[in-house]
Amino acid sequence: MSALRTDLAVIAGHVTSATRVLDVGCGDGTLLAALRDERGCNVHGMEIDPANVANCVEKGLSVIQGDADKDLAFYPDGAFDYAILSQTLQTTMRPDRVLEELLRVGRRAFVSFPNFAHWRVRLSLLWGGRMPVTRLLPVAWYETPNIHHMTVNDFRALVGERGIKVEQAWFLAGDKGTSPAAANFRAEHAVFLLSR
Amino acid sequence: MATAAIITTSDVLELSEPLLLDGGQRLEGVRIAYETYGTLSAARDNAILVCHATTGDQHVASPHPITGKPGWWDRMVGPGKPIDTGRFHVICANVLGGCMGSTGPASPAPDGQPYGMRFPVITIRDMVRAQVALLAELGIGRLYAVVGGSMGGMQALSMAADWPQLAERVLVIAATATMPAQNIAFQELGRQAVMADPDWQEGNYYGTGKAPDSGLAVARMAAHITYLSEASLTEKFGRRLQDRQAKSFGFDADFQIESYLRHQGLSFISRFDANSYLYITRAMSYFDLAEEHGGRLADAFAGTTARFCVVSFDTDWLYPTEQSRRLVHALSATGAAVSFVELSAPFGHDSFLLDVPALDRVVTGFLSR
Repeated sequence: MSALRTDLAVIAGHVTSATRVLDVGCGDGTLLAALRDERGCNVHGMEIDPANVANCVEKGLSVIQGDADKDLAFYPDGAFDYAILSQTLQTTMRPDRVLEELLRVGRRAFVSFPNFAHWRVRLSLLWGGRMPVTRLLPVAWYETPNIHHMTVNDFRALVGERGIKVEQAWFLAGDKGTSPAAANFRAEHAVFLLSR
Repeated sequence: MATAAIITTSDVLELSEPLLLDGGQRLEGVRIAYETYGTLSAARDNAILVCHATTGDQHVASPHPITGKPGWWDRMVGPGKPIDTGRFHVICANVLGGCMGSTGPASPAPDGQPYGMRFPVITIRDMVRAQVALLAELGIGRLYAVVGGSMGGMQALSMAADWPQLAERVLVIAATATMPAQNIAFQELGRQAVMADPDWQEGNYYGTGKAPDSGLAVARMAAHITYLSEASLTEKFGRRLQDRQAKSFGFDADFQIESYLRHQGLSFISRFDANSYLYITRAMSYFDLAEEHGGRLADAFAGTTARFCVVSFDTDWLYPTEQSRRLVHALSATGAAVSFVELSAPFGHDSFLLDVPALDRVVTGFLSR
């Protein structure tokens, strides 16, 4: 699965074979196709951009054009073994509600997001006084789809408050891992495996 | 000019068993006119049933025998096209109640006279019963896919709900699982236009030398408007005048759109039976898949193992995206494998019949594996 983005490779590497998976914000379906073809998973997707949905259908994937903020409501409880939300939580209207929904429809959830407390982001704000534009946050503030920036520690606090269990977490800087203790400062992005 | 698909069969088959209809009647000696394209594989696993829309017919990819125009989905069905007749055995049958060779109100009743209004009121599910019976007679026990747009999509859904093992893939374009009030209203308008025409003669116009042509033409004109979009009407016609420099201050077709609609009405009456129009639109008005399954749409698909693909168009105000979304949510609730996309196309409801490359991609992709 070397072609996958780093956080997707982490997720793909830790999904149990032959499970039912929902990828929310599945983009062009790269992760779903990998999980189907290499792990024998029963894969489903949700994606907001119709052109991406068409790409997914072309790959033979079952993907619904929909909005994570609204359309998760239509899946029954525990419909999936895993619900995946990669680099999408920060684009939703209400990340807390989406997270709750994710753990309602999925028995476990993978969530990955860019860490707004990464040192490069901090420096950019501290010295530049401007909203950061970095490798993982490449778009200027006025056109970024990211409307709820968060840090690793923000996310830890949220899941703590909601009684959500962190089964495992991965913190990535470039293509390398970084330690949980230093994650809030050193990680460019984070992947959490959550359950109730 | 696209090459037409090669017809393998164009035939009329009489069903060996009577059809038991939703209305309680038994219809004996039902004949179904159908065409097939492409070769059925030895394993009989490559058959695709295409279901036509309200005023379509079995000539999905062959020239229409009356109008001479290319098949209604010539751009979609044929060698190398999204529904590839080089790979698939495509079957398309005229619906029960139709007027292109299948049993309908113009067909002779057991007494030898045309049924007229003695023909039983049928439902979408009855149309599917006829399709299923045809497939059985043809020795096809499993479909690679059932495909349909508009009323064809409703038949595909009805088949998926009540014959859940029959089709492995279900492709539903610009359709609904429950006919909304606005559509029932337009269907009633069309029927009233036909029935208000004195030449309709309570449906007994066969053999009288008259037929409710004006009524049927008006019905078609009204329906045709619902198939288009405001934007496409503006772009295609605007306020342009028809073959004249100034308004006539009379009631001729001054505007191009008026002339176009009159032409649509006139060409329709040459190929369609008015009573068939009544019966088919009645069947559509009655269509409510949720009601047929205890009021909960998701229950209609409880037994399904098929993969679904649902497509809507952003300018289709007759079967708007919200209808498709409701269907998709019901399918999701059952855990079915379902894809859904709202495509952007300017042509309103008719987008499913017209040049929308994104639709071709979705159809090709969905049928590819």
